[in-house]
Amino acid sequence: MYPSRFGYESPRALDEAIELLSRGQGEAKILAGGQSLIPMLKLRFASPEMLVDINNLPGLSHLTVDPDGSLRVGALCRHAQLERAAALAGPFPTIAAAAPLVADPIVRNRGTLVGSICHADPQGDWAAVAIALGASVVAQGPSGRRRIPVADFVSGPFQNVLAYDEVAVEVVFPAAAGTAAGGYLKLERRVGDFATAGVAVGLERSGAVVTRAGMALTGVGGATIDASEAAQALVGGELTADRIARAADGAAAAAKPRGDHRGSAAYKRHIVHTFVTRILTRVADDVERAA
Amino acid sequence: MTALDEIKIGGLGASRRRVEDNRFIRGKGNYVDDIVLPGMLHMEILRSPVAHARIVSIDTSKAWAIPGVRLVLTGEMMAKRNLAWMPTLSYDTQAVLATDKVRFQGQEVACVIADDPYIAKDACEAIVVEYETLPVVVNPEQALATDAPLIRDDKENQHDNVVFDWEVGDAAGTDRAFAQADLVSKIELHYPRSHPSPIECCGSIADFDRSTSKLTVYMTTQAPHIIRAAVSLVAELPEHMIRIVSPDIGGGFGNKVPVYPGYVMSILASILLERPVKWIEDKTGNLISTGFGRDVYLRGEMALRKDGRILGVRMHTLSDHGAFFADAQPSKFKIGLMHSAFAAYDIPAAHLLARGVYTNKAPGGVAYRCSFRVTEAMFFQERMVQAAADDLGMDQAEFRRVNFVRDDDFPHRTAFGFLTDSGQYGKCLDVGLEAIGYADFQERKKEAASRGRLLGIGISTMTEPLGAGNSREYDILGIKMFDSAELRVHMTGKALLRTGAKTQGQGHETTWAQIVAHELGLPAEDVVVEEGDTDTAPFGMGTYASRSTPVAGAAVAMVARKIRAKARKLAAHLLEVSEEDVEWELGRFYVRSAPNRGVTIQECAAAAYSNMPDGMEPGLENVAYYDPPNLTWPFACYIATVEVDPQTGVWDVLNFVAVDDCGVRINPMIVEGQIMGGLTEAYAMASMQFITYDAEGNCVGSNYMDYLLPTAWETPGFELHEVVTPCPHHPIGAKGIGECATVGGPAAFVNAVMDALKGFGVRNIDMPMLPDRVYEAITTGRDVSGHPPVRQDD
Repeated sequence: MYPSRFGYESPRALDEAIELLSRGQGEAKILAGGQSLIPMLKLRFASPEMLVDINNLPGLSHLTVDPDGSLRVGALCRHAQLERAAALAGPFPTIAAAAPLVADPIVRNRGTLVGSICHADPQGDWAAVAIALGASVVAQGPSGRRRIPVADFVSGPFQNVLAYDEVAVEVVFPAAAGTAAGGYLKLERRVGDFATAGVAVGLERSGAVVTRAGMALTGVGGATIDASEAAQALVGGELTADRIARAADGAAAAAKPRGDHRGSAAYKRHIVHTFVTRILTRVADDVERAA
Repeated sequence: MTALDEIKIGGLGASRRRVEDNRFIRGKGNYVDDIVLPGMLHMEILRSPVAHARIVSIDTSKAWAIPGVRLVLTGEMMAKRNLAWMPTLSYDTQAVLATDKVRFQGQEVACVIADDPYIAKDACEAIVVEYETLPVVVNPEQALATDAPLIRDDKENQHDNVVFDWEVGDAAGTDRAFAQADLVSKIELHYPRSHPSPIECCGSIADFDRSTSKLTVYMTTQAPHIIRAAVSLVAELPEHMIRIVSPDIGGGFGNKVPVYPGYVMSILASILLERPVKWIEDKTGNLISTGFGRDVYLRGEMALRKDGRILGVRMHTLSDHGAFFADAQPSKFKIGLMHSAFAAYDIPAAHLLARGVYTNKAPGGVAYRCSFRVTEAMFFQERMVQAAADDLGMDQAEFRRVNFVRDDDFPHRTAFGFLTDSGQYGKCLDVGLEAIGYADFQERKKEAASRGRLLGIGISTMTEPLGAGNSREYDILGIKMFDSAELRVHMTGKALLRTGAKTQGQGHETTWAQIVAHELGLPAEDVVVEEGDTDTAPFGMGTYASRSTPVAGAAVAMVARKIRAKARKLAAHLLEVSEEDVEWELGRFYVRSAPNRGVTIQECAAAAYSNMPDGMEPGLENVAYYDPPNLTWPFACYIATVEVDPQTGVWDVLNFVAVDDCGVRINPMIVEGQIMGGLTEAYAMASMQFITYDAEGNCVGSNYMDYLLPTAWETPGFELHEVVTPCPHHPIGAKGIGECATVGGPAAFVNAVMDALKGFGVRNIDMPMLPDRVYEAITTGRDVSGHPPVRQDD
């Protein structure tokens, strides 16, 4: 690997990292898991003047459920931590479904959820999960912390709204009111391939009645697509075949795929439709079994 | 005295652990990039970003100005030394550095030699090239259009984009067969472009020593002696002043047979700078500029009789060779051994028309793990056979059985003129059908249908001509295709073996020693094997086309027999009897009338240096050059069962059975590894792999995120079986095996998916059978063509 010349700093405190980013004036890049950044450096698609390696910062590896039930994922929490956290399956089934589908085991050992969301690759899995669950990014800069909903955080392909001197320190997933349900399905040509299409669904239900529904789509547009509007078809009633069909139609309509070597646009749209149907049908079956 | 246990000494049939793995798994392999020479410089290549363009200007001044830059080479500078173009293995020419225009994306435009690879890469980025783009040709249809731009305007007398037209077979006889047919079955296929993708890319270190005038090149080549001959031609240096060293190689699969521009540039740079120059290609460079596989449009028809007999076959091939025709191929055959198709079937008449064209795509067209395009031939054969069986309404296994060459019909002259010599095709098929549960499959299919899933079963059989030559029919650049082995048995009975082949992962260091153990009774661990250094190895044609065991392996047996013949004389001397009274058993000569009186091969070896009879030349070493009387013809039957999800087009392999007959197996474990590796490649091609180009000639597949290699996660398990029909002419009865699974595997997967889709009126889905293609076939009921390969329909 022969990247362009770059400086390297490994701060020991968050303030120090923010200071380095400030001095970098936008030419400094944060290195966390490095699973996207390092290949981009290798291919010289990215040539930052400075890498600010945050791997030695204390207190960012957390994967914590707060007393109110919300989940906080630190900037250095690896995908593999999420994959192994069996306790997430109940309160955060969408996360539990997505974690083993992220890239491949090697990437999961090193890559981070927060880094993946910051990277804002339209084919990244976590942004879709985060949007479906209404999660927020907590960013810290010289003037303090702010909270940005992930739906507003991603501003385009490979673009986010962070200022150059801000660090995304964690992502917070709110607790479900009632019972959490949902899932994540992805079609890929091979493990570790970018998604042909992916669907994240996050539901909250009270008994058989859906009280909140979020939905987002991976790999079928220039950025992660928030299909929560389509998911509104599900709110306020049971998961009937009719409601499921309307949500699936809405999601397929919200998708903006392009034909490429992974499949035609029509096919990707069809996969979105199929996956929404499958996730919701499975939830409906679970509800029926529980009842 | 009991005879040696051949398995215990690591002889024929022993699944001996690979001796080379000891260093590989410890990270102690010695690859080109591991070699560091004093004063060594580093080379980086600047490649064209566009597919077809006239070069208006190249400004290298900024690159020269970077500290640490020693040399910047352009096509103009190469041309002054008559090195801007080089010959290819198929009598074409290829640009080393572009002079007039670039003809594919990734073509070499300039190179920088600098103190370290970072500087070299920075300097490449500082070179300013002005291109005037030209219309781009990315497929044969465009290449043959009347208004197509002329790609090879550098060649005199080249007025279109046709590389060759070639015809083989009996046109009139085939016409007669079709006239008599009850039924004619047709099929059209595209075998997409794939890439051998060795894990180690290409590279070289050229080290020219002005004081001795000797050029040493450490490089990634599967054929060091051919490279020496080629360098001698191109660089105009005499052969004894050239030493090619091929150290450990991280996979070749055909990709490391050709001569690449990078090698030539590093050699020239070393001569000009008088310092060692290292070039290590990166993955993208390897994928977009070096030898690929396939990219052939196949069209054909089969004349059939109602009772299921095949009367004749017509084949048309249209192959896309990229900008330069650089296939490795026997010079007599313009499209390699494509006409080995249907060799396992008893077909009275066949005819093949082959056409090759230039396009603005990467050159190379090597046979990727296949003997000179046999893969395409077998794929076409088995897809055609399935289509014919379907059209006849006949069971696919039965249709094959009826048309196979029978066991008692050898030697058999194939419709295209090859002479096959052995095989038990029906038996292999039976073993496979039994193992996969063919009889019960229809029941399983019904059960799956009740779950909304489609099951399919696909058979593919193959036989291919492995082990070129013989020298009568096979040569590359005029050099006949024989091979060699040299064996030195030391005084203590330990031995050094060198061959003209070159292992790249095949395990020669292990298996060659086993052949020596078999012939001489020396424990395999007492035989060290060396290959790849032209100053020490006997002349050979290298390793590709599954030729090592058939040719070099035979030479190993033959040289060991020469050693044994001399050892017999030494034994007679030691035993004080006449040579005629000496008998051989593994590892020992004894007196026929007194079997307890004997001497070991080790004792004979000692005598060769310490107690030879009067008049005998001392020493115990020899060399054998082996020119095989025929190719070897392994056979295989591969059967896959798949389950298709009709809602998504996703398909999974349920079971896969492989029955391989490669004759006598030297090391069964290594053979099984070869088969599993080959089947993995076959699965990759069937399911996910293709290198394609968009309309502008941009390569889609220039990295491993776009060009996919399967992982352990999705690769199915393979159940292996064997049938052994010894090769009648090979000294130990072995046949080639390295390529069989890659060659025969793909059609098993495709046939299985097509069988699953039988009710939908679909005849063909081109590879890779990505879920979207399968879904399209299910929903439209139409064939899905791989052309155009990238659908930007929306």
